[in-house]
Amino acid sequence: MSNITTAPFTYESLSQLTMKEGVLELQVGPAHAGSGHMRILVWVEGDTVVKVDPDIGFVHRGVEKLSEDRLYVKAIPIVERPNLVDTVNANLGYIIALEKLLGLEAPPRAQYIRVITAEISRIISHLYGIAIYGIFMGSSTVFMWALADREPFIDIMEELTGARLTYSHIIPGGVRWDLPKDFGERLEVALKYLEGRVSDYEKIWMNNPVVRARAEGVGILSGAKATELGVVGPNLRASGVKCDVRKCAPYSVYSDFDFDVPTFKEGDSYARLLIRVEEIKQSISILRQALKNIPEGKIIYEDYYKRMTPLMKSIYDEKGRVKFTSLLTSLSPPKGQSFSRVEGGRGEIFFYLISDGTKNPYRFRVVTPSFRNLPYFTHVMPGHKLADVPVIYGSIDYFPPEADRR
Amino acid sequence: MLAETPHAQKLGLALGGSASVTEDQKAGLIEVRVEPKFLMDVSKKLKELGFDHCVSVTAVDYPRENYMDVIWHVSSYSNEELGNKLVSLTVRISRDEPRVGSLVGVWESSLFSERETHEMFGVEFEGHPDLRPLLLPEELLGKWPLRKDFILPKRRSDLFRKGGAQP
Repeated sequence: MSNITTAPFTYESLSQLTMKEGVLELQVGPAHAGSGHMRILVWVEGDTVVKVDPDIGFVHRGVEKLSEDRLYVKAIPIVERPNLVDTVNANLGYIIALEKLLGLEAPPRAQYIRVITAEISRIISHLYGIAIYGIFMGSSTVFMWALADREPFIDIMEELTGARLTYSHIIPGGVRWDLPKDFGERLEVALKYLEGRVSDYEKIWMNNPVVRARAEGVGILSGAKATELGVVGPNLRASGVKCDVRKCAPYSVYSDFDFDVPTFKEGDSYARLLIRVEEIKQSISILRQALKNIPEGKIIYEDYYKRMTPLMKSIYDEKGRVKFTSLLTSLSPPKGQSFSRVEGGRGEIFFYLISDGTKNPYRFRVVTPSFRNLPYFTHVMPGHKLADVPVIYGSIDYFPPEADRR
Repeated sequence: MLAETPHAQKLGLALGGSASVTEDQKAGLIEVRVEPKFLMDVSKKLKELGFDHCVSVTAVDYPRENYMDVIWHVSSYSNEELGNKLVSLTVRISRDEPRVGSLVGVWESSLFSERETHEMFGVEFEGHPDLRPLLLPEELLGKWPLRKDFILPKRRSDLFRKGGAQP
């Protein structure tokens, strides 16, 4: 295996592929052979990957078309489904775009509750990413640990919203449920637990010689190239580009919080693991600040509260629960366009809406972070050993349903 | 709401006379509209100004007026000042012959999005290196599902509600 040179990446179509003798085409997936619901076409020469072609779309459901065919509120559960482990951020992004169209803003308490749920969702998403990375590198222990460590946070969200993953908690003008009385204490217990676990992860996983040998220096993407390819989220910051939408284009009340945007300059698979752990620490800090500073007040837009029926108002006053008014179900924003960018667990989620004044969106565009991280397959994997493919794949926290917009 | 704000004026000057620049203040979006023939020049200028990556490529179909808008949304990672701006670069093309130049040569990050827009709207991106289908199953290829004249089949729940179908 001495004189292997990797072909520079070209975009010729599959039928035009002319490969040298001794090049083998491998299909990873789509039956979830460690690929997720996608197929990765890998061409190898000996043990070295020369070309990779991601074949996605196996779980495409047409989120955009479905949403254009429905009322504005009915799109909320639809946008949550693609990012199944990070539903709050997708929900938040859509609602911010919708509120811009409607020309209203949620009250401060609702904004704080949104930030709290968004950060819990980010922790859940990062833990899931670490778990998948673990199983891809053959460590069932980390897989089990990280998945189990999501549970305290999922339980907290379940108590708040009644659902484990798909909360539909954020609605135009506010949120649906106020925080339960003991929410702060319960969250603090979970945060303390997680802090202890993070140091455990450092011992068993990050400072593990096997992990370091397999991940360090593997799958390097330089900052300049990452910018050119437009990758997003923790992967981008692991390449040294300091861009977090929460900081560079703040939305909701993120400008009230004091937090760092961790970056690493290495840009390899190991940095992409470390950055997730660092971001969990920042999320813990944001959550503590939010719990401390959360203001009192309404959790729904004042005008919507006024239009509630007396029964709805009594339920709101008694239980802190917002019942859906008929107004919410027949929203028809004025003609115009709006967009939103939010930082999800895996990166920037982009929404673009056009309203023609009717009850359905005229154009509904969503771009998810995994879709924008696709160049990792085409540009980063070639040149590595076949055994490095799962390492790189695990490190970018790629989630096929999200890329396909299931 | 469209206005010639200082931002828009500054960008308009930088791009020269071939583009009309307005800012949608309500949305916070800077809109650049160009003729198809100036698209390449304007996009190169935008990149020189620091808009280094493409967030999304999409199209909006207007069957009654018989045109489509192809929109590139671009932003910046390297320039902090531009990082909180989003610029939309819009080209209006005929629906009968939906052809427009590909900007993959300028923004490599638009590759997959342009592929998606091609299969969803039937927009031919001239000069795009790889316009294979990306997300759609075979039976929907060539039907351009995100166009407005592609009507979704009625949902079964709707049929029940109107009494139109038996369970």
